[in-house]
Amino acid sequence: MKLVKLSSVAFALVWLSGCNTLGLNSDDGLMDGEDGVVVEDRGVSAEGLDGDGINGTAIGDGAETQVIVGEDGYTGTDLDDPTNALSNRVVYFEYDSSAVREQDQLTLEAHAAYLADNPTARVRLEGHTDQRGSREYNLALGERRALAIRQILMIQGASANQFQLISFGEERPQSEGDGEVNWQNNRRVELVYTGR
Amino acid sequence: MIKRLLMGLGLFAILLSWQARAELVIEITGGSEAALPIAVVPFGYEGFVPQEDISAIVKNDLERSGRFAPLPQKDLISTPHEKREINFKDWRLLRSEGLLVGKVSSLDGQTYEVQFQLFDVYKAQQLVGRRYKVPAASLRSVAHKIADQVYQALTGEKGVFSTRLAFVSVLKKTDGTRHYALQISDSDGAKPRTVLQSKQAILSPNWSPEGERLSYVSFEKGKAEIFIQEMRSGQRTSLASFKGLNSAPSWSPDGRKLAMTLSKSGNPEIYVMDIATRTLTRVTHSSQAIDTEAVWMPNGSELVFTSDRGGRPQIYKVSATGGRAERLTFEGRYNASPDISPDGRYLTMVHGFNGKFYIAVQDLESGAVNVLTERGKDESPSFAPNGHLILYATEQNGKGILAAVSVDGSFHQRLGETGIDVREPAWSPIRQ
Repeated sequence: MKLVKLSSVAFALVWLSGCNTLGLNSDDGLMDGEDGVVVEDRGVSAEGLDGDGINGTAIGDGAETQVIVGEDGYTGTDLDDPTNALSNRVVYFEYDSSAVREQDQLTLEAHAAYLADNPTARVRLEGHTDQRGSREYNLALGERRALAIRQILMIQGASANQFQLISFGEERPQSEGDGEVNWQNNRRVELVYTGR
Repeated sequence: MIKRLLMGLGLFAILLSWQARAELVIEITGGSEAALPIAVVPFGYEGFVPQEDISAIVKNDLERSGRFAPLPQKDLISTPHEKREINFKDWRLLRSEGLLVGKVSSLDGQTYEVQFQLFDVYKAQQLVGRRYKVPAASLRSVAHKIADQVYQALTGEKGVFSTRLAFVSVLKKTDGTRHYALQISDSDGAKPRTVLQSKQAILSPNWSPEGERLSYVSFEKGKAEIFIQEMRSGQRTSLASFKGLNSAPSWSPDGRKLAMTLSKSGNPEIYVMDIATRTLTRVTHSSQAIDTEAVWMPNGSELVFTSDRGGRPQIYKVSATGGRAERLTFEGRYNASPDISPDGRYLTMVHGFNGKFYIAVQDLESGAVNVLTERGKDESPSFAPNGHLILYATEQNGKGILAAVSVDGSFHQRLGETGIDVREPAWSPIRQ
């Protein structure tokens, strides 16, 4: 319903802009008089309103972790166990680096083992960077971080078809603002399970 | 039909209000000593007085080019509007060589006649003069055209006031979501209009050489993909949506090809796509390194791009058909986001050292590097089409703003905006 409404509005906008569009300007054949002003230049263009407003579709954040804790303690699967290493779904990086740090090895081992044991499980690796420097370079750096995580998980038994990789570069910071604490929070790969 | 029209008008009004709020305000933050004095006399009016103050727009254009220092109004000794009202002897007492006069007349408030004359005060001669007959909506465009002609008559170079800027505005909602808008404005930041809105990031707008199309990166389908959009019709085409990254589009000087970064091979590499046939030519083959942000040399046969093949991001040059890349930058640990001046002489880039990021320019003939900015949070440099100014994105009070600096670093200005983050500027070419 929303989509239908938007498209008709977009149409109306294009229609309106079409009405407002003037002819293109041209200086062709115009000459400057030596003294007086002799040249007429009709119809200098204002360019018409450009384009329509297409709205992108939001994608969800994928499977959210639901923690289920029964009266006698935890009863769900390993993936849902808040005490399991699998509950850690974010890996952080040094500046301009895609090297995985020592402290994240255990987390990644657990995810690799889970993926190897559950061939139907699917995970999306979302690469991010801090907000400094070139946005396009950061887009590539975010992808390289996601690739680095995939490589480690595959060496430890996960299969290529279990992964989807996306880089958001610096476009989706976890922490806003300056300073190393914020920047560190943003240099990360998030593991988002889309199938179990 | 009427219902549809009303609905359209409703949204139009909403867009207008967003746009009114989004108008860029220009503030000159550092003057150039080499600026030429010029006398811009307020234009005279007959009949209806237009909403746009044409001589003020011309004066502002000339001032923010960094090449001119318009005389303060109080220094103007009289207010002539045409040649017979000028006493050249008096004007020679001022330091200004150029004298711009003009008048605006309208019988109905809808169509305006605008005329201007630029004089060389010492020779008592007209350098350029024209008369235009235009609808009210085109008065700003006429003012920019007048400024272009004054600029060219006095500097010998083309003016760029009739060009446009593309940039991305980001509105952060209280619920934490962001709304992105790809916007186009006049070169002075006036008349911003939205050509694309999305709840997902929009990046890297890049103009086609004739100035009628934009390529850009949109995340609207969940990941980075390349689109091209016709400015007049609004028609848009998805050009690259391969597996992995599709980013950093850059139009070739002949308008037929688009350089881009694709990671469909498993690693970000530079490709050139023939737009008509969609045929891809792979340019780089560095299986471990990041290669991205390709831009064309004006000769159309070479590309300049960012690569970290040497361990850190630096700028390289390569033939557009592939082959051995030549490293161009050696100063500093971080050089990225290259753009090349229209004459091919200068490279501008983001230059990082000590954890800060500045706009720098490198003379490709001598190799000399000149750091142009001081704040250290600067990105996305883009040459003006006459090569005199560099437009870039920076931050002020936690908000993204646009700024410009002259290639020699002497002249600085900010295009501040109220309340909305702006970033990713791209200066359009001069339309033929």
